[in-house]
Amino acid sequence: MRPAASLIIFTTLSGLGLGLTVLIGLGLLAATSPEWVIIHAAVSLGLIGVGVLSSTLHLGHPERAWRALSQWRSSWLSREGVMAALTTIVLAGYFLDHLISGQARPWLGIILSIMSLITIYSTAMIYASLKTIARWHHILTPVVFVVLALAGGCLLAAALEGLAGNPTIALSQWGIGMIAVASLIKILWWNLAGSKGSGSTPETATGLGALGKVRMIMPPHSEENWLQHEMGFVVARKHALRLAVIAFILAAIIPLLVLGLYPHSAALLVLAALVHLAGVIVERWLFFAEAKHTVTLYYGDQH
Amino acid sequence: MTCLPSSTEKKLGLVIDLDICVGCQACVVNCKEWNTAGYGAPLADSDPYGAHPTGAWLNRVHAFEAGEAAKARVVHFPKSCLHCDDAPCVTVCPTGASYKRQEDGIVLVNEDWCIGCGLCAWSCPYGAREMDPAEGVMKKCTLCIDRIYNTHLEEEDRVPACVRTCPTSARHFGDLNDPTSDVSMLVAERGGYDLMPEQDTKPVNKYLPPRPRPRHESEDVDLVSMAKKTTPKGFWKWLDQALDQLPG
Repeated sequence: MRPAASLIIFTTLSGLGLGLTVLIGLGLLAATSPEWVIIHAAVSLGLIGVGVLSSTLHLGHPERAWRALSQWRSSWLSREGVMAALTTIVLAGYFLDHLISGQARPWLGIILSIMSLITIYSTAMIYASLKTIARWHHILTPVVFVVLALAGGCLLAAALEGLAGNPTIALSQWGIGMIAVASLIKILWWNLAGSKGSGSTPETATGLGALGKVRMIMPPHSEENWLQHEMGFVVARKHALRLAVIAFILAAIIPLLVLGLYPHSAALLVLAALVHLAGVIVERWLFFAEAKHTVTLYYGDQH
Repeated sequence: MTCLPSSTEKKLGLVIDLDICVGCQACVVNCKEWNTAGYGAPLADSDPYGAHPTGAWLNRVHAFEAGEAAKARVVHFPKSCLHCDDAPCVTVCPTGASYKRQEDGIVLVNEDWCIGCGLCAWSCPYGAREMDPAEGVMKKCTLCIDRIYNTHLEEEDRVPACVRTCPTSARHFGDLNDPTSDVSMLVAERGGYDLMPEQDTKPVNKYLPPRPRPRHESEDVDLVSMAKKTTPKGFWKWLDQALDQLPG
């Protein structure tokens, strides 16, 4: 699948913002002053907002994007839109309430955390629900999205706490735990989902298996068409392992070292959060680029 | 509404005979011609006279080779929307633009609601949907909905453009829900099958397999031994032997 920049930015930034929101809702990142409530609001709402706006950039008709809120009964994309909108509203209300009443409302925070988790899950299910892309159609796909968002959220929360001048070791420890869990689940996903075939072959795609092995001898047109451009992306595959290692070093190893060795250095924590984000962007790029769609079976692909 | 109807009264669809399709592309061209002026926005091309022409087409003819060596067969393979009973392209649509009609099972896109997100094309295993490069909305086969119910046309023209134009009658149109229809009987008689049944989309369109070849055509032929076996016969055999007996 073609790794569209708008979708990579959408899933990584909104994931990070929602991961941070989970921690804010659980009260793990406390704001020490009204200024910090505003900063937390700006960072979390900003990340979610930029992510969701970015997702509309790849649309043919962004001005009709509001229509996507209507089909939540059947469509994960619609559910994601509805949940992102509701979570943003509740998040804004949570911060506003904090500013007005002077303290966070824990029960609203819990609701906010649950809504954020459902939103991240819905984002992942847009991809995981597609049976045509075997790598994505796996029970671990939404788990990967959720744990990566939480790992990023912990790192960002630790960085914000460091910047506020009162770094507690608790968030760093949560960060180490979540990054370790995310790494394990991602490696598991690579092994289980990555090796999983779609069950479809050129023989089932054409129904000509009874005659023997099926090969394409002539494409239906001389130039690449939209389907091949969108779903026949092949550039990344020969570098897949190299990119996976780069993603792992950026998203896991470097942040783990910073959280473990320098949990009190605000500057290093901010740097670690940015490096982690870069790693997740590489991870997400590979998520798209490595994914094979069954339509490629009609264009010469063998499995 | 993107929930699928639990059942449809008719199942209008195509039956494509892979035994007689010659890959002439007439159905592809007539589909483009009709649908660029018919239902919805024109079917656009991008850079049509340039170095890299591309564009939206609703029907494409692929060509495959199946089998090995002398038994291998070339099969021309037309492919358009299969109007699936369990169409994943309908349920993934976030706006309700993509829908399946309860009355005849045709899967359509309401182009005024389509946001051009492309998710329906991602969910289709067959590559039946293509994004329009000019309009930014999803295009797909409508079974020529503006022909088949059009009483201004002659009776024989009230079929999809691809069916009407096929010079070998490799394409058939009808109600696959009616077991007595011509298309249903063709499917029963010839063993019509579904593409990628493992994707659980329950396609309405069916494909008829190439008929088995006569035995002498499908036997393995060893070209090398054939070349060695060119011993002369009759007069030439006599001449060959006679010349062998001459001294020198």
